Amino acid sequence: MFEARPINRQNQTIERIWRGVFLAMTLVLVIPVLVILGVLVVRGGPMISWAFLTTEPTNGMTEGGVLPALLGTIALVLVALIASVPVGVAAAVYLSEYAADNWLTRTINLAIINLAGVPSIVHALFGLGAFVLFFQFGTSILAASLTLAVMALPVVIVSTRESLQAVPMAFREACWNMGATRWQTIRTVVLPNSISGILTGVILEVSRTAGETAPIMFTGAAFFLPFLPQSVYDQTMALSLHLFVISTQVPGVPDGLPYGVALVLVGIVLLMNSVSIAFRTWLRGRKKW
Amino acid sequence: MADPAAVQTQAFNLWYGTFQALYDVDITVAAGRITSLIGPSGCGKSTLLRSINRITERLGYVRTTGSIEVYGHPIIGPAVSLVQVRKQIGMVFQRPNPLPLSIRENVLFGWKLHNEGPKATRAQEDEIVEQALRTVLLWDETKDRLAHTATGLSLEQQQKLCIARLLPVKPRLLLMDEPCSALDPKGTEAVEELIWTLRGAYTILLVTHNMAQARRASDDCAFMLMGRLVEHRSTNELFVAPEDPRTGDYIEGRYG
Repeated sequence: MFEARPINRQNQTIERIWRGVFLAMTLVLVIPVLVILGVLVVRGGPMISWAFLTTEPTNGMTEGGVLPALLGTIALVLVALIASVPVGVAAAVYLSEYAADNWLTRTINLAIINLAGVPSIVHALFGLGAFVLFFQFGTSILAASLTLAVMALPVVIVSTRESLQAVPMAFREACWNMGATRWQTIRTVVLPNSISGILTGVILEVSRTAGETAPIMFTGAAFFLPFLPQSVYDQTMALSLHLFVISTQVPGVPDGLPYGVALVLVGIVLLMNSVSIAFRTWLRGRKKW
Repeated sequence: MADPAAVQTQAFNLWYGTFQALYDVDITVAAGRITSLIGPSGCGKSTLLRSINRITERLGYVRTTGSIEVYGHPIIGPAVSLVQVRKQIGMVFQRPNPLPLSIRENVLFGWKLHNEGPKATRAQEDEIVEQALRTVLLWDETKDRLAHTATGLSLEQQQKLCIARLLPVKPRLLLMDEPCSALDPKGTEAVEELIWTLRGAYTILLVTHNMAQARRASDDCAFMLMGRLVEHRSTNELFVAPEDPRTGDYIEGRYG
């Protein structure tokens, strides 16, 4: 009475095939990541040492460490963050909490989405024109960071807006109906309940910014600098550009060196992502609904 | 005029876009009493209630004509501050909506928003919290966990808290939009009991779907149908001897 009939067996076979297809696609996604990390660790791992992280490149960048590039990347990301986060979060707050839904805000939203899709080399040219030449910051950390900031803005805005909109409307209405202004509502209820999402978006954006090469190439990152930058008006080395340079532009670089540099870059990014995930978990634990 | 009515509307019309939801509503709500608004779904009773603390405006496409006065003062007009309207006319919703803050902070929330004097001391705040929670019969259950989050309370307790947080700013009029319909029978009974104890100190306007509740828990009752006020009398008279045949049909359950 309950034995499988031919149609059941046929469906079972189809079921197995589809399950296999989806699993295969997942593996296609995961395997390259594991291979990349594996190769980096195996070939670049031996390069990593305290000296590698704390000394400058020597002998035409074929020996020595990555200190100027490592500090440069950190500086670029920090300045980009200081420039983009206040603007991006404030813009998202306006769009989510104040702006009416009309053609203007719809146009702004569309512009933001399109801005996120602009290739990074175009941002680089914009940064060169705007920050290096027009504002006369020269090729400097400031110009490069602002270029990175412009690139990061749409992503910060979109992720912040999503976090804000995840706060239930009922909370806002409860506030408004007690006579709270928009800002009082935002400060006391909306921001405290969306801060974990906002920070997650910001930190993920940091890790993406750290790896960018094109936007900083014309605007502030140097091929090689024998000294550390003294202010934001100086040029700097950066890990991403340094990796590009020693992989393609400099003869006689030992095999393991680019892998070592790449491992440091990936290490920074992974470290930031882990921090963001840990932070988010901690904040979620404090969430009140 | 000795004692102005708590709420008085004159020829109040309201449109949602092109749809007219209220037609020439003239209603006078007596101060210090509980008035229930009844009527079938879509009759405009919630719209009327929401107009009295101007929530309807938020939708943007709402247009009104006519006037609403609360304790003799117009609530619509260029000289009127929406914040003051919202402060002095408290609103309770169908679904309890405590803020994601502690019980204590929920009670103090409105008070802190509107406090014009110096920052209160901890002791003064404690006093405000205790008084508000005692008034809504919630003090004994919550006094040991004021720092806990309000969303962990039962629905009945949440609804009482939502009433409690209105009280520190001393509103004179409380609007309640089906305040018990998300609660179980026991919670409904408890909140009705609370509403009855607030009578006198506050004027209460109560929208309800539940005719038994209107009958139990209100002094006066207004029946609305298709955007118009049909009949408004003391609850007893309205239920025992309705004047309008449509009222009679509704309370006897011929339509709903």
